[in-house]
Amino acid sequence: MKTLGVYIHIPFCLRKCLYCDFLSGPAPLPVIERYVQALCREMETEAVQYKEYQVRTVFLGGGTPSVLSGEQIRRIFACLQDCFQTDPEAEITMEMNPGTVTKEKLEACRRAGVTRVSLGLQSGDNGELKILGRVHTWEEFLQSYRLCRDAGFAQINVDLISALPGQTADSWQTTLEKTVALEPAHISAYSLIIEEGTPFYKIYGKGRGTGMFAALPDEETEGRIDQITKQFLASRGYRRYEISNYAKPGAECRHNCLYWMRGNYAGFGLGAASMVENRRWFNLTKLDDYLSLQERETPGSCRAGEPYSLSLQEQMEETMFLGLRMTEGVSCQKFLHCFGRSMEEVYGKVLEKHRAAGLLEYNGQNVRLTDRGIDVSNYVLADFLLS
Amino acid sequence: MTYMDRSRIRNFCIIAHIDHGKSTLADRIIEKTGLLTEREMQAQVLDNMELERERGITIKSQAVRIVYQAKDGKEYILNLIDTPGHVDFNYEVSRSLAACDGAVLVVDAAQGIEAQTLANVYLALDHDLDVFPVINKIDLPSAEPQRVKDEIEDVIGLEAQDAPMISAKNGIGIEEVLEQIVTRIPAPKGDPEAPLSALIFDSLYDSYKGVIIFCRIMDGTVSRGTTIRMMATGAEAEVAEVGYFGAGQFMPCDALSAGMVGYITASIKNVKDTMVGDTVTDAARPCDTPLPGYKEVTPMVYCGMYPADGAKYPDLRDALEKLQLNDASLRYEPETSVALGFGFRCGFLGLLHLEIIQERLEREYNLDLVTTAPSVIYKVHKTNGEVIELTNPSNLPEPTEIEYMEEPVVNAEIMVTKEFVGPIMELCQERRGRYISMEYMEETRALIKYELPLNEIIYDFFDALKSRSRGYASFDYELKGYEQSEMVKLDILINKEEVDALSFIVHSAGAYERGRKMCEKLKEEIPRHLFEIPIQAAVGGKIIARETVKAMRKDVLAKCYGGDITRKKKLLEKQKEGKKRMRQIGSVEIPQKAFMSVLKLDDK
Repeated sequence: MKTLGVYIHIPFCLRKCLYCDFLSGPAPLPVIERYVQALCREMETEAVQYKEYQVRTVFLGGGTPSVLSGEQIRRIFACLQDCFQTDPEAEITMEMNPGTVTKEKLEACRRAGVTRVSLGLQSGDNGELKILGRVHTWEEFLQSYRLCRDAGFAQINVDLISALPGQTADSWQTTLEKTVALEPAHISAYSLIIEEGTPFYKIYGKGRGTGMFAALPDEETEGRIDQITKQFLASRGYRRYEISNYAKPGAECRHNCLYWMRGNYAGFGLGAASMVENRRWFNLTKLDDYLSLQERETPGSCRAGEPYSLSLQEQMEETMFLGLRMTEGVSCQKFLHCFGRSMEEVYGKVLEKHRAAGLLEYNGQNVRLTDRGIDVSNYVLADFLLS
Repeated sequence: MTYMDRSRIRNFCIIAHIDHGKSTLADRIIEKTGLLTEREMQAQVLDNMELERERGITIKSQAVRIVYQAKDGKEYILNLIDTPGHVDFNYEVSRSLAACDGAVLVVDAAQGIEAQTLANVYLALDHDLDVFPVINKIDLPSAEPQRVKDEIEDVIGLEAQDAPMISAKNGIGIEEVLEQIVTRIPAPKGDPEAPLSALIFDSLYDSYKGVIIFCRIMDGTVSRGTTIRMMATGAEAEVAEVGYFGAGQFMPCDALSAGMVGYITASIKNVKDTMVGDTVTDAARPCDTPLPGYKEVTPMVYCGMYPADGAKYPDLRDALEKLQLNDASLRYEPETSVALGFGFRCGFLGLLHLEIIQERLEREYNLDLVTTAPSVIYKVHKTNGEVIELTNPSNLPEPTEIEYMEEPVVNAEIMVTKEFVGPIMELCQERRGRYISMEYMEETRALIKYELPLNEIIYDFFDALKSRSRGYASFDYELKGYEQSEMVKLDILINKEEVDALSFIVHSAGAYERGRKMCEKLKEEIPRHLFEIPIQAAVGGKIIARETVKAMRKDVLAKCYGGDITRKKKLLEKQKEGKKRMRQIGSVEIPQKAFMSVLKLDDK
């Protein structure tokens, strides 16, 4: 049987963080309710095409999915179970943010089959949290974390962001220590990216920030911060399995790996991306359009444009630039099996160039980025584009 | 045979400082005489090239014939010859003027006389043209027509109180200009029965007709079947067609006789045979002497032009070949650079000419180019007595083989309002100028004369002039000659390797400053690599400045966008696209624009 990952997007949150460029924002309760209904209708309509697929992973992401009520959460998962064949062992993750987590919601999640919670902490320093425009403090996070534990969730991820305005190597070390002390199974450690269109871009788009705004760490500090992340997490038993993801053995996020290994995934909800059998498409990104289409008597397709079939060349490119994000790298044999051509034949020159520069290594089976290669991965990965 | 009545012909041009409204007035005149409906009038009919319209300057000479019913009840034929509007094309301007009998001087009612106004008036008077002034833009709030009239009388000595007061833009006063053209510009002289002599003031290549010669018939008559000879180049051909210029089209006619302005085609394959300024005569009955003033135009500025994509070299060659069909002053010859591969060393009349060719290559021929720093022609006197005309800095002989060097110097005239005299003189001093004189044209404006080395003005002098005078200074120059000078070759080393395409010749006193600025600029332009890259400037093997591009520490996309990997791919594509526009020098990738960014180094 073919397998599938499902992504469900909840584009709502209490308040937009200053660095965030995801498709999300605050909305009144009735709109959220309309959305939940629309989402369920979309899944019902679309499910037909996935009859032959078994769902192995589910990811409810956002935004802040935990702004939903327990009842809404229950409905979404009930709909999912009704429409899809789901593996009893499926990994089902839900993103939550401190300040929106209640015992009642966690209960609903448990019962709905959620196996894994991803909590957005970002920083253990209340000053830094304030600068980011987060709605919570470290203490509030701690409370939410304990609630999750008490509700019986063993698989918890904590999201962190480094290279924040005003951050020092010491404050980052403290954030890591406080987080690790809680022994989450998984830690995502991103570095801040100043994205266009965000309030941060206005402040930091062209410099490191001045005057009343805390400055971004300088290059030296950022280098030290990255060292600390790698070394400290490794010393506490967290293996880096992807550029920004660390996990205790066996606790890797299977849904995340699916993206990097180019498995099939279907996305539902506003702006969600799908890729099934090398066809890729996206949902509409305007909430009004999405809602009104789903609220018609016969729901219309909420895809933005037609699915796009990836050429063999594009598939090879993706296999490399996504696959190399995994520290285990890309299997040469799998490549040959998939494309009927060896990796050496397609990418010989590029492989040699970066191997010589110490950015790639080959262990007899897989090609993977070295430590230094990870630091400058864009530089390496860009070379795997073929045209 | 009957000839056209010369008393009903007026051959004139319009002269003006840039932006004073020359082309707009030309359009109004054409419109007024009903040659084109308003719908057919694209803004500025005479500026044919897209580029000319965009830049608001005339690059090639053009001509148009207008029929005008004057107030005396008679019909006149007015031949308007539009002249190029830039100092780079001074020679073409002089030939166009020589084809006229009079000139309309357009002066902006707000700005008054500018450097080019003067330069053009003097040029016109040198050609014995009758000049009368027109005050344009009188409807501007800042217009001061009386002040400008007085200025014209005081400074140029032209009677200006009767000058038509017009707004070319809004079509005010155009009638009066036409009347004055008839009354104040003399009818052409010449004898239609005499041996043929016709002045070539421009030519263009047409793929069907061959070269189309634009000429003014001074004496004699030419018609289909005449075998003509170009007196300077010696080329001969049988005339296939003669005619005159409608607006935007060629109107064939039976014959062109003395006094007329028109065109000749004779299946000539190359504009090099029909040089501007040459005299066309009848091969069977030639005139005794050619018309005066012919000279061969020679490029003043050279630079290397390379295709960004090395595979496009043949395309660049074909494009240059085609452009040269129409532009006898463009020179090119193949050259090879270690850094840039195969390309051409190209010669131009000046920087504007260079920019125009570059833009036309990029737009009309869709080529992506890398251009090296423009260089003037240096005369290198070698110890063995040989003299080299150096157009490519890389070809400079070893210092031990050089006796001395000479560089071209120009006479420059800068007109500026009083408050900017200081900054402008400072600029000229910085650029190794030699002060000649300064006189006040009126209380608030001065004409400053300097001798300046050409190599100091071809880079960014004009920009610097504008920025230091808040746009008020105007500038004109002509080549004076060569002078001995202490020149050295400044080399740039990137990661210890000399990059030939970045070498250039500079005066020894300015070498350190220039080297330092270039290193700074290159540091900004060269992206970080995996390793540290020293950028050094050297003269004669001695390092005089250094900067360092630090090693790349981190370049990673940490964030996860869920399943939307297209964003990730776009980012990588952008990075890859950037790499494509790089030139590999040793192990360093240099963005193509770095080669050109070093041209603009004035930091004031």
